[in-house]
Amino acid sequence: MSDDDPRRPWLEVRGICKRFPGVTALDGVGMHVNRGEVVAVIGENGAGKSSLMKILAGVQPADSGQIFLEGRRCQLASVEQALRLGIALIHQELNLADNLEVGANIFLGREPRRFGLLIDKPRILRDSARYLARVGLKLPPTRLVGSLPIGRKQMVEIAKALSVDARILIMDEPTSSLSQREADQLFEVIRDLSAKGVSIVYISHRLGEVKELAHRVVVLRDGKKVGELRRDEINHENMVQLMVGRQVSQFYLHRPHEPGEVVLTADNLRTLAYPHRSCSFALRRGEIVGMFGLVGAGRTELLQTLFGVTPALGGSVWIDGRKTAVRSPIDAVLAGLALVPEDRKQQGLILDLTVRNNLSLTSLRRDQKMGFLNRARERELARDMVRLLKVKATGEGQVTRLLSGGNQQKIALGKWLSLHPRILLLDEPTRGIDVGAKTEIYSLMESLAEKGITVLFVSSEMEEILGMSDRVLVMHEGRIFGELPRAELSEQRVMRLATGQLPEAA
Amino acid sequence: MKKLLGIFGIFLFVFVLTALLSDRFLESYNLENLIRRTALLGILAVGVAFVIITGGIDLSIGSVVCLVGCGVPWLLVKQSCPLPWALALAVIVSLAVGLLHGLLIAKLKLQPFVVTLCGLLMYRGITRGFTGDQTQGFGTEYKGLRQLATAEVPLPFVEGFGIPAPCLFLIVVAVLASIFLNQTIYGRYLLAMGQNEEAARYSGIRTDRMVILAYVICSLTAGLGGILFALDVNSAQPGSFGNFYELHAIAAAVLGGCSLRGGSGTIMGVIFGAGLIQVLRNMITLVDFIPSHIEYAVIGAVILCGVMTDETVKRIVRRRLFSK
Repeated sequence: MSDDDPRRPWLEVRGICKRFPGVTALDGVGMHVNRGEVVAVIGENGAGKSSLMKILAGVQPADSGQIFLEGRRCQLASVEQALRLGIALIHQELNLADNLEVGANIFLGREPRRFGLLIDKPRILRDSARYLARVGLKLPPTRLVGSLPIGRKQMVEIAKALSVDARILIMDEPTSSLSQREADQLFEVIRDLSAKGVSIVYISHRLGEVKELAHRVVVLRDGKKVGELRRDEINHENMVQLMVGRQVSQFYLHRPHEPGEVVLTADNLRTLAYPHRSCSFALRRGEIVGMFGLVGAGRTELLQTLFGVTPALGGSVWIDGRKTAVRSPIDAVLAGLALVPEDRKQQGLILDLTVRNNLSLTSLRRDQKMGFLNRARERELARDMVRLLKVKATGEGQVTRLLSGGNQQKIALGKWLSLHPRILLLDEPTRGIDVGAKTEIYSLMESLAEKGITVLFVSSEMEEILGMSDRVLVMHEGRIFGELPRAELSEQRVMRLATGQLPEAA
Repeated sequence: MKKLLGIFGIFLFVFVLTALLSDRFLESYNLENLIRRTALLGILAVGVAFVIITGGIDLSIGSVVCLVGCGVPWLLVKQSCPLPWALALAVIVSLAVGLLHGLLIAKLKLQPFVVTLCGLLMYRGITRGFTGDQTQGFGTEYKGLRQLATAEVPLPFVEGFGIPAPCLFLIVVAVLASIFLNQTIYGRYLLAMGQNEEAARYSGIRTDRMVILAYVICSLTAGLGGILFALDVNSAQPGSFGNFYELHAIAAAVLGGCSLRGGSGTIMGVIFGAGLIQVLRNMITLVDFIPSHIEYAVIGAVILCGVMTDETVKRIVRRRLFSK
């Protein structure tokens, strides 16, 4: 490696353009990655990050522009070619086969053979152990991938990339489904790889991570590179300002609310996730309660049990002082609850229905005329909601699948608003959506709380929890481990509770 | 509407082709028979369309046709059961069969394929059991009742041609089904569920009840079809009566635009699908140079072509939608 000029970029792209009919995804973008460098690429949804990454990984070709690898012009026409040149993309949704062993996954599609036919299993075991060690995974290569938690699966994915001798790893939102601990492990691996000369291109919505990891930040907006931040310039304010192109003075518009009477009480509620642990808490009228916890703490399951998606194993729920049996979502809806689930594409929306039909799905029953559809009401309602939520769509007749993540989330939320729920459960309401839509959802939460609606939101984003909550419930391994009023909120306190440590003695 | 154009196009093509190949095809006797058979199959196909729209399947239709179609004449002729009782029993049995399928599928979460496959075996076996495997029929009695399937309603100003009575049944079933599917909230629920059952449930829709409803509708139409078929042929052999009808009905529904993955379908499309299948069968019988033994091969090939074309068109439309 001594013949490498350390200052010459490992990978450089110039003037990359990519057009889709009607949209310019990338407009003359240039960037470079040095050896062993961690470069973060940030930008709002639709800024062109994914398109750029796909071009770098050979998933789709650029319309124009040049790509240089170690100063030599090259083509990236296919994933195979990119891999041969040492560029590997690690997808947001992992590409592993759950029913195969770790080692088999690492060598999937290029298994070493014996006699040209039989899989050379001993060699797979030997070699995969080596790659697993490089990502700090201590587990036998014979473990089934399906039995691993998501954080470890990701490590397996990275090991797989290393096994093809990848020198540039492109990671697309790698921490989106990891717990803090798993994310920390990932960061350690990234730092370690970077020290060994592997370059990382890192896409993330989480600016805290970027601040922690990146040597350099590239900011995209509307398909153009709008700026670059050196290590010493990387801070929250600078990043957000470049991303949205305007001064964000008040990202979180939190105004304290005067909580009213108790509207919901959970009494020793037990869920399928932790059958032997129980949760008790109360929600008041007009407050915004944040629920924090590491992934796997049982937050989603708690919301789903409250909403009747999964049955409660024990305990009771009191709504407005009355014991309420919630056996299915419709019971919860009739009791005034609404849930915007975490997985909006699978649970929150029916993507192939129109915006109008998605928005009306919850209120068809209320607006029916003896079982018949009330189309006039449906249209009116959809029009109002699209206007209220500032949904960017060609019309209420547009298929929901074609909307951006942020606009889809607005529909997933809006379908409940017309029912005027009194208690709104939000599961990761801003996951994977751009800064602009985030701000709109925050201000919507604010205005709902002001109208007296109780908002309980689960989030893995510390900033959001700290910024939006009147009160925070922290879950740890299936129970409410602690509660913090707004005045006592701090990142350290929340994190201590989330990791199962008692608050420091005052 | 666009979806309808596709199936209507194929139907028209095969219809005209058959008319050109055979001079007997357009004779009023043949057309009346064709319409009668289309109507009978159409009733079954409309029923199974509801199940297919929810993403399920019902393989037991042919056996329900057999159970009810043999059961009603057996009750009337062999057991001397009064007519209202026999008909009421037919409705109750069809209802019970659908309810059983629906409950097993929605509540016990069994696979529709497995549940209705067992139904296919059981109902035929039961029918052969209680009839002693003897052919059932109305004999020379119940002339009035048989008119329900065999009569022709004369058209004004048209000599020598009448609308076969089953066609009136089909029209009633189709109109009701259309209204249900397109104008009621339950129809919307069915379509929504077929696209994504989980999201429908999260929206507060009682998806299990909708599944049960779909199977009940399907079995009821199969029962109605069974009675009409039996009245039409007047000789139902428990061993073979209704064999493969479920496959013809499913094929008609699929041709009519019901995706087996659920979530789509129009009643008019399904009826044209049934029409297409019956025209094809008619063509094979009438046209001399097509050996009638290869009937299934021809039907299979045409269905495959239809579905392939449909999928290709869908893909092109979707690509265009996305590139906008």
